[in-house]
Amino acid sequence: MTKAKTTHFDTLTLHAGAHPDPVTGARATPIYQSASFVFSDSDHAAALFNMERAGHIYSRISNPTCAVLEERVSALEAGVGAVAVASGQAALHLAIATLMGTGAHIVASRALYGGSHNLLDFTLPRFGITTTFVAPHDLDAWRAAIRPATRLLFGETLGNPGLDVLDIPRIATLAHEHGLPLLVDSTFTTPYLARPFEHGADLVYHSATKFLSGHGVVIGGLLVDGGTFDWERSGKFPTLTEPYAGFHGMVFAEESTTAAFLLRARREGIRDFGACMAPMTAFQILQGIETLPLRMQRHVDNTRRIVAFLTTHPLVEQVGYPELPTHRDHALAQKLLPRGCGAVFSFSIRGTREQGRKFIEALRIFSHLANVGDAKSLVIHPASTTHFRVAAPDLRAAGITEGTVRLSVGLEDADDLIEDLSRALHAAGKA
Amino acid sequence: MRIVVDGHAVYAYTGGRAFDAALPTLVFVHGAALDHSIWGLQSRYFAHHGHNVLVVDLPGHGRSGGAALSSVRKLADWLVALLEAAGIAQAALIGYSLGSLTVLDAAGRYPARVSRLVLLGASAPMPVAAVLLDAARANDHLAYELITGWSYSAAHQLGGNQQPGMWMTGNGLRLMERCAPGVLHADLLACHEYADGLAAAAAVHCPVLVLLGERDQMAPPRHAQALITALGDPRVLTLAGCGHNLMAEAPDAVLDALREFLRQRTDAPQPAIGKAW
Repeated sequence: MTKAKTTHFDTLTLHAGAHPDPVTGARATPIYQSASFVFSDSDHAAALFNMERAGHIYSRISNPTCAVLEERVSALEAGVGAVAVASGQAALHLAIATLMGTGAHIVASRALYGGSHNLLDFTLPRFGITTTFVAPHDLDAWRAAIRPATRLLFGETLGNPGLDVLDIPRIATLAHEHGLPLLVDSTFTTPYLARPFEHGADLVYHSATKFLSGHGVVIGGLLVDGGTFDWERSGKFPTLTEPYAGFHGMVFAEESTTAAFLLRARREGIRDFGACMAPMTAFQILQGIETLPLRMQRHVDNTRRIVAFLTTHPLVEQVGYPELPTHRDHALAQKLLPRGCGAVFSFSIRGTREQGRKFIEALRIFSHLANVGDAKSLVIHPASTTHFRVAAPDLRAAGITEGTVRLSVGLEDADDLIEDLSRALHAAGKA
Repeated sequence: MRIVVDGHAVYAYTGGRAFDAALPTLVFVHGAALDHSIWGLQSRYFAHHGHNVLVVDLPGHGRSGGAALSSVRKLADWLVALLEAAGIAQAALIGYSLGSLTVLDAAGRYPARVSRLVLLGASAPMPVAAVLLDAARANDHLAYELITGWSYSAAHQLGGNQQPGMWMTGNGLRLMERCAPGVLHADLLACHEYADGLAAAAAVHCPVLVLLGERDQMAPPRHAQALITALGDPRVLTLAGCGHNLMAEAPDAVLDALREFLRQRTDAPQPAIGKAW
């Protein structure tokens, strides 16, 4: 049988969007550390400004190094394009600001990164955008929360911190039944473990600070458009289907059948809000993506070793990893995440809050800090850090207790990581 | 804008400017399973540089009503009917792939309607591989994948889009996937069965530009030689390193070629570009 010519994932992680530099022959993607780009003449300048020619004008709007990263992540996600932004939070804000304004409503999974929860629950209401949070597993709750003003459904591939697996196919179907897009934060999984567009999601974003870059030295985000959502048929998105006075009356859905969202995100959102990515940051994220398949597999392999260790330890009350049959979403994880469930998970220490503190302080290889997805192993106590603003009932609803510890398993030798955990648990037991 | 042709509403993008039949008109015609949006950059340029631009969605494609037409001849007749309905006596016709055959046939049979002719990714005949036709007939997604694999040069399969942030093969695939079942097959069959291309070419008397991709696997440049010969003395430009999807792979080169060919009008006064940042 004839097969279509395709370039495989691992090759795309190294090559998508990039070619040897035509002027210098440089094989690595150059860092175009330039705020702006020269016009060849006045006609060229006008044509670039008016979207008659493709190219770069000013690095807040687009930059050649950032564009390589945008293409690469689009290719890995099987989307149509992307916008690189200053952080994952900037990506979430850009998605929302592109789609809606005051009076609009979002339905979101309750199992979210604390920063996303802050934006939705505390900050956006000040701008007239409200959110109803629902249990990620409760499809009826998602359905019941949708109102006429709803403009977006939103969740994480693996909910933070309990690793609730988002049932993307069912929630996407529900969203589409209501003429709404589904936005997915895929930071924990990266396209190596999950490609949400293939399951029905419409928009995906990443905090590239995490596994995409892998080195923990940059802050960045990517917002990717799957190109499948029909904004005109929905009729709920005038920002994309009606003339925009801020760009000569442009109707973005007429300009681009598949990428109207990205056009508006770049031509308005990045232009006006300005949360762009620096070219050096894009270069560093590209360096990380080149080894994404190798790293993610090692992250998952190490995580499986550690999960197996913890599940048999007497001081460990519970381990929340979807590959375990005891996890609520085990079956769903097997279906949607066959390559693995990532390297961030939580477990609960059987003991007091003091014992939890002792455990974290006794670790030597795991670094106690507020990040995940580093090549180095990390640990944090969510109740006192990432989720400290979350009220107790919401905390419990998100599956977090005072004894919950979150690990981000790195690329060290798994034996060393297990030894570190074993010693810290022993110290906690004596506390 | 929308125009009623043969009882169906037809959508035509006008490049961000109001339709103005008093200006010289350029009509852009897309290829199989595509729509007007493939011409975005080029059509906007001409619309803002002294031309009236009509970038059509063929029947059954994009925002246009009706069913996909089953032959190039019908498409050409439809195109001329569109000009009539829009009140345009004569236009420069610019067509890509299936669209190139459409405008070629229109120029051959309705010479008074056509001031200039541009054929992109063209050949005549334009045979379609059996495996592709079969997949399209079965509405098998393989058809879109095969076209995507054959429509970009090997280099451009890895990207390098001049449009910042856009992944060109993914975007092309998504656009085709929007077609209703049967549309791709109708389009490909129209290409495959069109046997009048050389006769139409011989009947063309207006200036012609043939724009080819050096690495085109859908309509290889060597297959265009008979067409070029039949056209007499067309201007021929082969874009180095490009596959079939010229507008995506080399948007500036395509625009520059069109500007050069249509340059009598491109030196018209430019409208002011108001808003910047």
